[in-house]
Amino acid sequence: MTAIRAIGLTKEYGAATAVSGLSFDVRPGLVTGFLGPNGAGKSTTMRMVLGLDRPTSGTVTVGGVPYAELRHPLRRVGALLDAKAVHGGRSARNHLLTIAQSNAIPASRVEEVLETVGLGAVAGRRIGRFSLGMSQRLGIAAALLGDPEILLFDEPVNGLDPDGILWIRTLMRGLAAEGRTVFVSSHLMSEMAQTADHLIVVGRGELIADTGVEEFIGRSSQGYVRVRSPYLAEVAEVLPGAEVHEDHLRVTGRTPLEVGTLVAARGLAVEELSLVRPTLEAAYMELTRDSLEYSS
Amino acid sequence: MIDVMRSEWTKMRSVRSTVWTLGSVPVLMVALAVVGALATVGAGDAGRLADPVSTSLRGIVLASLVTATLGVIAISGEYRTGAIRTSLVAVPGRLRFLAAKAVVLTAVTLVVGVASAFAAFLAGRIAFAGRAGEVSLADPGVSRAVFGAGLYLAASGLFGLALGVLVRHTPGAIVTVCALLMVLPTLVALVPGELGRRLLEFTASNAGSQVAVVHPTGMGPWTGFAVYLAWVALPLAAGAVLLGRRDA
Repeated sequence: MTAIRAIGLTKEYGAATAVSGLSFDVRPGLVTGFLGPNGAGKSTTMRMVLGLDRPTSGTVTVGGVPYAELRHPLRRVGALLDAKAVHGGRSARNHLLTIAQSNAIPASRVEEVLETVGLGAVAGRRIGRFSLGMSQRLGIAAALLGDPEILLFDEPVNGLDPDGILWIRTLMRGLAAEGRTVFVSSHLMSEMAQTADHLIVVGRGELIADTGVEEFIGRSSQGYVRVRSPYLAEVAEVLPGAEVHEDHLRVTGRTPLEVGTLVAARGLAVEELSLVRPTLEAAYMELTRDSLEYSS
Repeated sequence: MIDVMRSEWTKMRSVRSTVWTLGSVPVLMVALAVVGALATVGAGDAGRLADPVSTSLRGIVLASLVTATLGVIAISGEYRTGAIRTSLVAVPGRLRFLAAKAVVLTAVTLVVGVASAFAAFLAGRIAFAGRAGEVSLADPGVSRAVFGAGLYLAASGLFGLALGVLVRHTPGAIVTVCALLMVLPTLVALVPGELGRRLLEFTASNAGSQVAVVHPTGMGPWTGFAVYLAWVALPLAAGAVLLGRRDA
């Protein structure tokens, strides 16, 4: 069962290509991170999923059908796009009520989701006065209104304080644990490392990787064995291909045991022999290095 | 469709600016009716020539700009804030979305417009106090003209909505609707001869307001109003097509 399926999704704005031939599946029960540098086409893709932008070519379906064909879409799909894109003159309660009514969602759900996101006490206040964190919570309340099985969050932690970030992370993990589909975009690898099970990585509108978080790290070439020794030059001789640094060697393509065995055969003492795992951050930087829109 | 209309009604009543804008319609209508009636009475014999119904309903010129503005902001406000995306995610059927908005706006402006027109007529009658022409709603054409004033206000609201969908930008749409309703007739009036006179009849505000006068000049009240509805339908249809095609 696939919740969201994109096939050859392409979006061109005049001569500029925002999204190019993007194909991916998003599955239920997982948090799927949609990762890429700013300008990689993540928001454009999300808008196409939600029927806001029309693809130049390709298709995207939600639960097997195009979003626009859903009868009461918010009961199937909830989305947080731009939390500040609301009419500031309306109270939080009325804002949610307008959304609920359009999809025949009972008004009682408004109070429920306001409590869920912790805005119950300010339900009557005008949302123009809300902080960014409160607006994000309101946006999430709107996404949860229809109790949907598929949720899309576009950069939900942008501008949030650590408390808010932790709250959103816990919420998304909880929603996935309930068997829902959670598709969340971010340009922050570190954020996804702690939240996502699966990653769809894009750069310049193209798919770079569609993989589990663990495999993503594993695929990176940056893992190595680090060796420090008073006899660095001699050690380097038994480890052809090792990268020699000022006070240590970096050996790639061998396990620590293999390195240790080779060095021990020569009777050389080492003071450190350790496996340096690549971080998700490093793997991401390596993969997207070529696709940053504006490299500094 | 009922669900979406309910939502649009909540949108309209839950924002102060629309409530205040709408509330200014009866105030304008009644105030201008009283001022007009008192000025006519004050003019003595010269005032006797005036049409008391038209004098009482003179507020529709300004009030129609108010309902048109209301129509503009009903949609351009969503574009300004970006709330249009929330709306279209909730209601991806864009035609359905626009239709619900149009129906709710028309219903609200019609109720407020008709009530304001009758209030203005009654206020005018009290101010005239029988000194100028004594008219009653039972006289031929009078109740049609008063009700017609309400119709004109509602149609103007829809005109604003249509231009709002088309232009998507509050000041741009308001300027456009004001230009079409107020400036266009004065420009057309510069066209000489019979052609100019005919064209003037067909301008939106001149044609549309025929339904709100007891003795229409030129085309009849309902023909005139139909011409105005055509003025409204054109940008509304174009706006609906573009709304369906454009990225939100």
